[in-house]
Amino acid sequence: MANRIPRVPVREQDPQVRATNFEEVCYGYNSEEATLEASRCLNCKNPRCVSSCPVHINIPEFIRHIAEGDLKSAAATIAADSSLPSVCGRVCPQESQCEGSCVLGIKSESVAIGKLERFVGDWAIANSGDLPKPEIISNGKKVAIVGSGPAGLACASDLARLGYEVKIFEALHEVGGVLVYGIPEFRLPKERIVAKEVDAVRRLGVEIETDVIVGRTMTIDDLLDNQGYDAVFIGSGAGLPRFMGIDGENLNGVFSANEFLTRANLMHAYDDSFDTPIYTGKKVVVVGGGNVAMDAVRTACRLGADSVIVYRRSEAELPARVEEVHHAKQEGIEFKMLTNPVRILGDEKGWVRGIECVEMELGEPDESGRRSPVKKEGSNFEIDCDVVIMALGTSPNPLIKSTTKGLETNRRGCIVADEDGRTSRKGVFAGGDAVTGAATVILAMGAGRKAAKAIDEYLNNQVCES
Amino acid sequence: MFEIVSKRELAPNIVEMKVYAPRVASSALPGQFVIVRTDRTGERIPLTICDYDTDKGTVTIVTQAVGHSSRKIIDMAEGDTFADFAGPLGCPSDLLDLPEEELKKKRILFVAGGVGTAPVYPQVKWLKEHGVDADVVIGAKTKDLFTYVDEMKTVGNVYLCTDDGSEGFHGMVTGLMKDLIDNRGKEYDHCVIIGPMIMMKFAALTTKEYGIPTVVSLNALMVDGTGMCGACRVTVDGQTRFTCVEGPEFDGHKVDFDEAMRRQNMYRDHKKTHPETHNCKCNG
Repeated sequence: MANRIPRVPVREQDPQVRATNFEEVCYGYNSEEATLEASRCLNCKNPRCVSSCPVHINIPEFIRHIAEGDLKSAAATIAADSSLPSVCGRVCPQESQCEGSCVLGIKSESVAIGKLERFVGDWAIANSGDLPKPEIISNGKKVAIVGSGPAGLACASDLARLGYEVKIFEALHEVGGVLVYGIPEFRLPKERIVAKEVDAVRRLGVEIETDVIVGRTMTIDDLLDNQGYDAVFIGSGAGLPRFMGIDGENLNGVFSANEFLTRANLMHAYDDSFDTPIYTGKKVVVVGGGNVAMDAVRTACRLGADSVIVYRRSEAELPARVEEVHHAKQEGIEFKMLTNPVRILGDEKGWVRGIECVEMELGEPDESGRRSPVKKEGSNFEIDCDVVIMALGTSPNPLIKSTTKGLETNRRGCIVADEDGRTSRKGVFAGGDAVTGAATVILAMGAGRKAAKAIDEYLNNQVCES
Repeated sequence: MFEIVSKRELAPNIVEMKVYAPRVASSALPGQFVIVRTDRTGERIPLTICDYDTDKGTVTIVTQAVGHSSRKIIDMAEGDTFADFAGPLGCPSDLLDLPEEELKKKRILFVAGGVGTAPVYPQVKWLKEHGVDADVVIGAKTKDLFTYVDEMKTVGNVYLCTDDGSEGFHGMVTGLMKDLIDNRGKEYDHCVIIGPMIMMKFAALTTKEYGIPTVVSLNALMVDGTGMCGACRVTVDGQTRFTCVEGPEFDGHKVDFDEAMRRQNMYRDHKKTHPETHNCKCNG
């Protein structure tokens, strides 16, 4: 019988202290806490958590192993479906996926599935030497993967386990895609966690080459026609940042969240021993309400700036995870809701000196079902600031589209792919943000896994045909 | 991995390096650039490709020391390796898309200034290989600062000018351009300008006077250089464009140079303190 105790709270770094450093916010469970929390799981016959997980991890089983103290089996259970448990345990929106459908959540609090996954993932990293090396029999076929983000890593892991020779080509100098350039250190440690889970993917036999921009350094056609790859998976991720199209967006001191976060995360600009500069001034306004906006504003805060979120709808509509909003508030971030920028104001040297905003109110629901914000005429006001960061999403990277003949894209520039990642080009599959536009780590992983299955089917059928 | 196979000083603080990067060398085309990183702590620096040798697998870059990161590059020695050397990035020169017949009829003027001379070279060389003789105006403050003149003379008709009159035409590139057209009977129907932003601005104003379609190659600030960060945005014909994926070449008569120059200097106003120039006493 499951233990009827409240959800075990997780220890976190003190908000006032962490607002000045880049150390991880959440400490995670220790062994006792994890075992206690695991004892709360009802081990449902029809586990709704599993069907709400984009990669369908056998959640009740791994939790049962934790409760029994058998972490090796818990790690093996997760590894069957996910190669990035330490990452996903930290950044997945569990509240709207596994935990959101946990039966316990109806009357009290759901099992802390994310924190338990993280606990198992971190244990596996610390004990990687003890884990059995998976037995893989090579099938002699080669698959190229474009991009080493969550979609590419998930696709590569599954294909490698099936016996394919897999090589990932990464455009940047670090492996991990959005996990290294986008998500900050204080939410997802790079060396301690991301690099270690990437190492685990390498241990499956996956080769990774950095500094290769597919679409420029080599094309998809090169890979298929000249380099002997039997199939290609495109997981090239999100692309160019969106701006609002208002006056002053090219003033000095206006950055996209992608630029600001890439400087901080990928280039370690917050660390004085690295060369890349980053600028915040005294006050930073971040425009947007998603997770990227939260990451940007909390990074600016840690760099010493007064930091404000400006969002055109109300708090209830914030697309960011509740936990991120809560953490941001604890750290002293100011939230200006129902506020929309009208123009960015510059000084005589062309630097940002402020942002003019207008108050909004919620009107009728729009096509997304959210009540659409309507401008309150004449309510314009100014906020003094030195930096404005636009966190408004991205449009897909044009490089692969423009250099791959016969690869269909939609009017937004996203690669057109079916449920299983098949594109309009034979042998070319795609998934993640390159297909859907900006989404989450776990959805990209889910797409990578589905594509791996479709690639396997495609290559097996090809053998039968020939 | 990306070894410097040769290094030579072209002028004070201007260095040419041939770097072993076979994947880049086999895909590079005139007009494109690379992103380099010296070491683990280095910045990602965009540099225009100045030449490439597919057989030897090398790519030639020319760097002028203007700040901390470019100084780090020119201080590297033959045999040293770049941590990263990624590319080719950006779109190749538009001239490469023209049908051969049309290309052969073109009367093309290149205008090069400062460290922009080397990136002009692969374009002029490519044209020479395709049967087109181009004129090349090269400007420098004084004759000691000329680079790539001998190389350029092997592929194009070179005209030199110096601000101080120490060699060639006495004056700036705009003066020499006017002289060629007004006094020496030259006619052009295409112009490519590569050099410091301020020189590109005024040279493009000059070609506008004569109604010569003009392309400039912008060296905007970049972080990733692959179409992700948006740091390299410029205004062209009133529209925001991204230099790294839509450029680096744009219509010289439509670029907002004043904005581009201001954005290029963004971090000059807010320099990062580097440990070696950091004067505090915290380490005793």
